[in-house]
Amino acid sequence: MKLRFAALVAAAMATAVPALAQDLHFPSLSYRTGPFAAGGIPFADGYADYFTLLNERDGGIGGVRIRMTECETAYNTEKGVECYEAIKGDNPLVIQPLSTGITYQLIPKVTADGIPLHTMGYGRTSAKDGTVFSHVFNYPANYWDGASIIINYLLGENGGSLQGKKITLVYHNSAYGKEPIRTLEELAKKHGYEFTALPVDSPGQEQKSQWLQIRRDRPDYVLMWGWGVMNPTAVQEAANIRFPMENFIGVWWSGSENDVLPAGDGANGYKSLNMHQTGMDFPLYDDLKKYVIDTGKAAGAGDQFGSVLYSRGIYAAMLAAEAAKKAQEIHGTPNITPAMMRDGMEQLEITEARMAELGLPNFGPAFSVTCENHGGVGRGLIQQWDASAKKWNVLTDWIESDKEVIDMLVAEDAGAFAAENSITKRCN
Amino acid sequence: MLYREAGDFKTTYREDAQTFPIAFDRVRYYLVIAIAFGVIPFVITDYWANAVMVPFLIYAIAAIGLNILTGYCGQVSLGTGGFMAVGAYATYKLMTAFPEVSILIHVLLAGGITAGVGVLFGLPSLRIKGFYLAVATLAAQFFLVWLFNKVPWFYNHSASGQISAPERTLLGIALTGPNTTAAAKYLVCAVFLFGLAWLARNLTRGTIGRKWMAIRDMDIAAEIIGVNPLTTKLSAFAVSSFFIGISGALFFAVYLGAAEVGESFGINKSFLVLFMIIIGGLGSIFGSMAGAAFLVLLPVFLKNVLVGQLGWPTDLAAHLEFIIVGLLIIVFLIAEPHGLAQLWRVAKEKLRLWPFPH
Repeated sequence: MKLRFAALVAAAMATAVPALAQDLHFPSLSYRTGPFAAGGIPFADGYADYFTLLNERDGGIGGVRIRMTECETAYNTEKGVECYEAIKGDNPLVIQPLSTGITYQLIPKVTADGIPLHTMGYGRTSAKDGTVFSHVFNYPANYWDGASIIINYLLGENGGSLQGKKITLVYHNSAYGKEPIRTLEELAKKHGYEFTALPVDSPGQEQKSQWLQIRRDRPDYVLMWGWGVMNPTAVQEAANIRFPMENFIGVWWSGSENDVLPAGDGANGYKSLNMHQTGMDFPLYDDLKKYVIDTGKAAGAGDQFGSVLYSRGIYAAMLAAEAAKKAQEIHGTPNITPAMMRDGMEQLEITEARMAELGLPNFGPAFSVTCENHGGVGRGLIQQWDASAKKWNVLTDWIESDKEVIDMLVAEDAGAFAAENSITKRCN
Repeated sequence: MLYREAGDFKTTYREDAQTFPIAFDRVRYYLVIAIAFGVIPFVITDYWANAVMVPFLIYAIAAIGLNILTGYCGQVSLGTGGFMAVGAYATYKLMTAFPEVSILIHVLLAGGITAGVGVLFGLPSLRIKGFYLAVATLAAQFFLVWLFNKVPWFYNHSASGQISAPERTLLGIALTGPNTTAAAKYLVCAVFLFGLAWLARNLTRGTIGRKWMAIRDMDIAAEIIGVNPLTTKLSAFAVSSFFIGISGALFFAVYLGAAEVGESFGINKSFLVLFMIIIGGLGSIFGSMAGAAFLVLLPVFLKNVLVGQLGWPTDLAAHLEFIIVGLLIIVFLIAEPHGLAQLWRVAKEKLRLWPFPH
């Protein structure tokens, strides 16, 4: 009896240990509940579906199957920390918290634990500086890029000058919403527009007074840094005060179907940034349909297929998978560790040819990551909502951000962080 | 049986007035202390520290603080989150301004600063009480959150308005920052909770505690027998805010390491701590801890069972968590409106009479 038990234990250990090493763990810190669920659900679905596709179609990445785990954060930092602690011992290849608040908690922790953190188009902007933030990546673009892209777009609309124009920012009163203010102030000095910032307290259903002020001030343009329930409310309020919707531009987190559909025809003409194309006219979506949707393996309710934030989840997962592939190449082993994954992310190169090969031609900008630059190329495009067709139309090509201003701000902020935390710069 | 009074004789007033007059209780208390300081620090893992023990210890401090004000002195307060924010921002400013001073001193100083702010917001309690006072403290909550969001000096002009705790050490061991070990985090919070709970217990047994309770039970009668409502109420606000300030300081510096005032110290925090003392039991130190344990541990436990063990979808589990925790709160309060502490007290009464109840 004793012998048999010992044999069983030995057998269990023999099978358990390699089983841990033989998969690639991609955790998803999602939020399918709370006031930000409208944004969290489609992103989490897209993120999961892309990995399911890789498992079903290619048998994983480099022959190793992908294991996904999901942890509900409800966009709450304490729950986010709990999730991080729960998964950090389980070889997570990359953490994507999808929340600027949680990102701030995790930046020091992941650096100490050696786990890469990817905050795509959110999080701490100055993490772009790879010399200070060794384990944090925010490619392909960050908030300061976003702010600058909008201003560059408006410059283009106004014949190259914003002199004397009034621009108002309506923002979520949190780290996330405050991020673009410095850049917009700096750009105001450069381009001579008048800038005001109006905070909206979380979660964001209360914004009557802000819009009354906008009606009184009559700004030429209103920008928005909102997320979750704040977005549809703002679009509705703008429609209520008959603000010209084509002069109302949201960041990429304020430009999904969920944000404009509730306002109906009132939302027609509302614009937003995007860091990638949307729609289903990409070969990858045929594969997704064939291998994931039609076989009933889709994550969640499966009703988000093809929406803006679903595509963003796909994009995030694609960038993660490409980095994993790169890491496998660099280290010559299919079973990569978080440390190897970090190297893969740091040497990631997304070319237009590679995007086409993946079935996503011209879906996102081509960029490459280096030791110094963890932020990618900083390009975005402007999309506009067509309420009658219920569809986002892409208005522009990729717009470049003003690197001169942003690089200066990034160096300043990253330098302050390095000094505060006594970090020695790397990449020499 | 183990739990009895028979044969447990007291020959001095001192013995009779001790916190745990029954031998079994005393032994159990020493056992808990021994395990808390002698065993847990050596076996604690990162997950247990960061997801379970540290939040529990910190919320227990906040709950004791609120219990002093609401449970012992009868002044209803909804400003807990705001006072925690004062503690957090005070530590942050002190930590960055005086990096050479020990973080433990900063935490205590932050408690002191919060006590001052608490007294300030406690002034209206001299004229108003009950729900009206709750509204006045609610104003403190909103004002303080607004203030820390509005004035960049409080977050050292950082672009995002976040505050992050730099690494601070004691005798070469990191107590804040990402390199803090689970044991260090746990021990800091455990020492503070132990010290503060001991302080609270002794304050509430003494003259000052009796004055608080007199004010709680009937303020006019208390005034007639010579209790000064001004000093009594303000001292309750001061002591309570001191505790809450320390919990806020630890919450920011040791537990999270970074905080954002609206998210970390919003009105939800005030409600959470209030629920803790209502479920735990008003006017009880043990109840504060029991309530904190209930509201911190139960959601984590449910999450681990529903998602970790049963493999349910995370959103379904999260919604069920709300339902289960909510239901349990209602059931508890119907079955025992005086909270977990009273449940425990009743259980002890029954044990003392067992097996021959009246």
